[in-house]
Amino acid sequence: MGAIVTKTASEPAAARQAHRGPGPRGKSRRPNWLAGVGSVVWLAIVIIPIYWIVITSFKVQSSYYASNPFAPPTEPTLDNYRLVIESDFIRYFFNSAVVSVGAVIPAVAVSFMAAFAIVRNRAGRFLRGVNSLFLMGLAIPLQATIIPVYLIIIRLHLYDTLLAIILPSIAFAIPLSVLVLANFIRDVPKELFESMHMDGAGTWMVLWRLAFPLTRPAVVTVSIYNALMIWNGFLLPLVLTQAPTQRTLPLALATFQGQYSVNVPAVLASVVLTTLPILVMYAVGRRQLLAGLTAGFGK
Amino acid sequence: MSALATSASPGTSPRRGGDRALPWLAAPALLVFVGFGVIPLVGVLLLSFTTWDGLGQIIPSGLTSWQAVLADPGLPHALWITFLVMAVSWLFQTPLSILLGVFLAGAQRYRGVLAVVYFIPLLLSSAAIAVTFKALLDPNFGLGAGLGIPLLSQDWLGNGPLAFGTVIFVVSWQYIPFHTLLYQGGVRQIPQSMYEAAELDGAGRVRKFFSITLPQLKYTIITSSTLMVVGSLTFFDLIWVLTAGGPADATRVLAVDMYKRGFQASLMGPASVIAVILVGVGLLLALLLRRIGGGSNSTSQLEGA
Repeated sequence: MGAIVTKTASEPAAARQAHRGPGPRGKSRRPNWLAGVGSVVWLAIVIIPIYWIVITSFKVQSSYYASNPFAPPTEPTLDNYRLVIESDFIRYFFNSAVVSVGAVIPAVAVSFMAAFAIVRNRAGRFLRGVNSLFLMGLAIPLQATIIPVYLIIIRLHLYDTLLAIILPSIAFAIPLSVLVLANFIRDVPKELFESMHMDGAGTWMVLWRLAFPLTRPAVVTVSIYNALMIWNGFLLPLVLTQAPTQRTLPLALATFQGQYSVNVPAVLASVVLTTLPILVMYAVGRRQLLAGLTAGFGK
Repeated sequence: MSALATSASPGTSPRRGGDRALPWLAAPALLVFVGFGVIPLVGVLLLSFTTWDGLGQIIPSGLTSWQAVLADPGLPHALWITFLVMAVSWLFQTPLSILLGVFLAGAQRYRGVLAVVYFIPLLLSSAAIAVTFKALLDPNFGLGAGLGIPLLSQDWLGNGPLAFGTVIFVVSWQYIPFHTLLYQGGVRQIPQSMYEAAELDGAGRVRKFFSITLPQLKYTIITSSTLMVVGSLTFFDLIWVLTAGGPADATRVLAVDMYKRGFQASLMGPASVIAVILVGVGLLLALLLRRIGGGSNSTSQLEGA
């Protein structure tokens, strides 16, 4: 795994070098001690908690209190993980996956259609209005609308279902997704659209056969961003579900700590287990993931 | 906004017959966004003029909720805490993110390797981070107790000022990587020629940083600050799991206040009032930062242009 990570990390740097010569700070003759020390300090701040989480999750609860917290476990055990899995985490994992996939696919699909319409629009005031509505949605802290969302979900008889989490998640994802996708569709040369129209293709065809394949990287980026936000979401599951069977992972984590607060190794095993899928994704597609996270902000 | 109503204006350009279908393509997104975004936004304002316990009937009650909230000393306290979290976390995160971003923008290979580690906190959920630090900082079972260092085994989350500081630290731990990423991208867009020209003039590293890098990062700073400031209004997950607003309301920010009033005390009316205030503060701050950033330019940065 380490090999994969280093490889993906060095490739982009090399590619950039080829494009624009050595980086701004790349050619300094003197080593920059301040930066060096600062970077090591930050590295420690990030890595110490992570190291501690991982080693402690393999420790036996009774020996945990007696041993040096930074020493690796003398007799590593999987008991903590067993306890976590027995506490229904498979189900919570499944719930999180259903919510994430169930929200991201429709969210990106409808956002893509809307973004296409907004970009291809010439003079329609309706679509310009839609665009400014979405732009406004970016500035509003949508968490503040949780009480009416709760009311709507109750009235729709969706309370305590996964669909209750999915629907508002789609709505919250739309403004930024439309914005980013529209920016990329705008880069598709107009002549391509025109010529496809000339050949008699309808709007629907142009949308899926031309715009969609040409902007696939942006679609991936936006999907990753939304998936991570929804996978990690806490407030919607907290407010809109109640039954333990409907819990998603972040909510399950918090509840699990409430139950087993004294059993630190088990709590940390639950953190490791729930974070593992994202870390695997990070190892496989680091560049995509990081690009997805800053989708729409700068660059 | 009035344009939303009817004027779909078909047939604007006769060349392209497909135009008429375009508004329909935007319809599904519009429908979901109106249903779970716009209507709740209007709804929260309406609910602030009612009395509702979250289960029973919603009874219109005029300004009762507003009067109750505005007279409650809890409101200025929550506003103050929200402002403090916003200001202190901005002051703490911005310089560190800029320095780390500039550092990571360098092309050296070891920096690429460091970056892999630096960005890990980005991937963790607020809940996972809060759960971890809660365990880590526990005075009896955490790191300090394990190492036997009294300085580290304080009641980090049980003492007001300490808990506030801890929240700031954990928030920074979570979000500095994101802003570092923004600054890294910003630095890489600065034309190399500017540094070469400065070097010819004999400018040193510090001079180059203050005279080229920092001014060139202006729009990145505005973008990052906007996200930090507006985002800090919605720090709910982290604070909720870490301290639940405590001890003794020391970390009770507006979002936590809203949740506690609404979903714990079953006072949806007053909770809606807090929500309206939250939206108002958010919009105000976004407008203010846009003004500072010089209008249209900052939006084009936000749009990722």
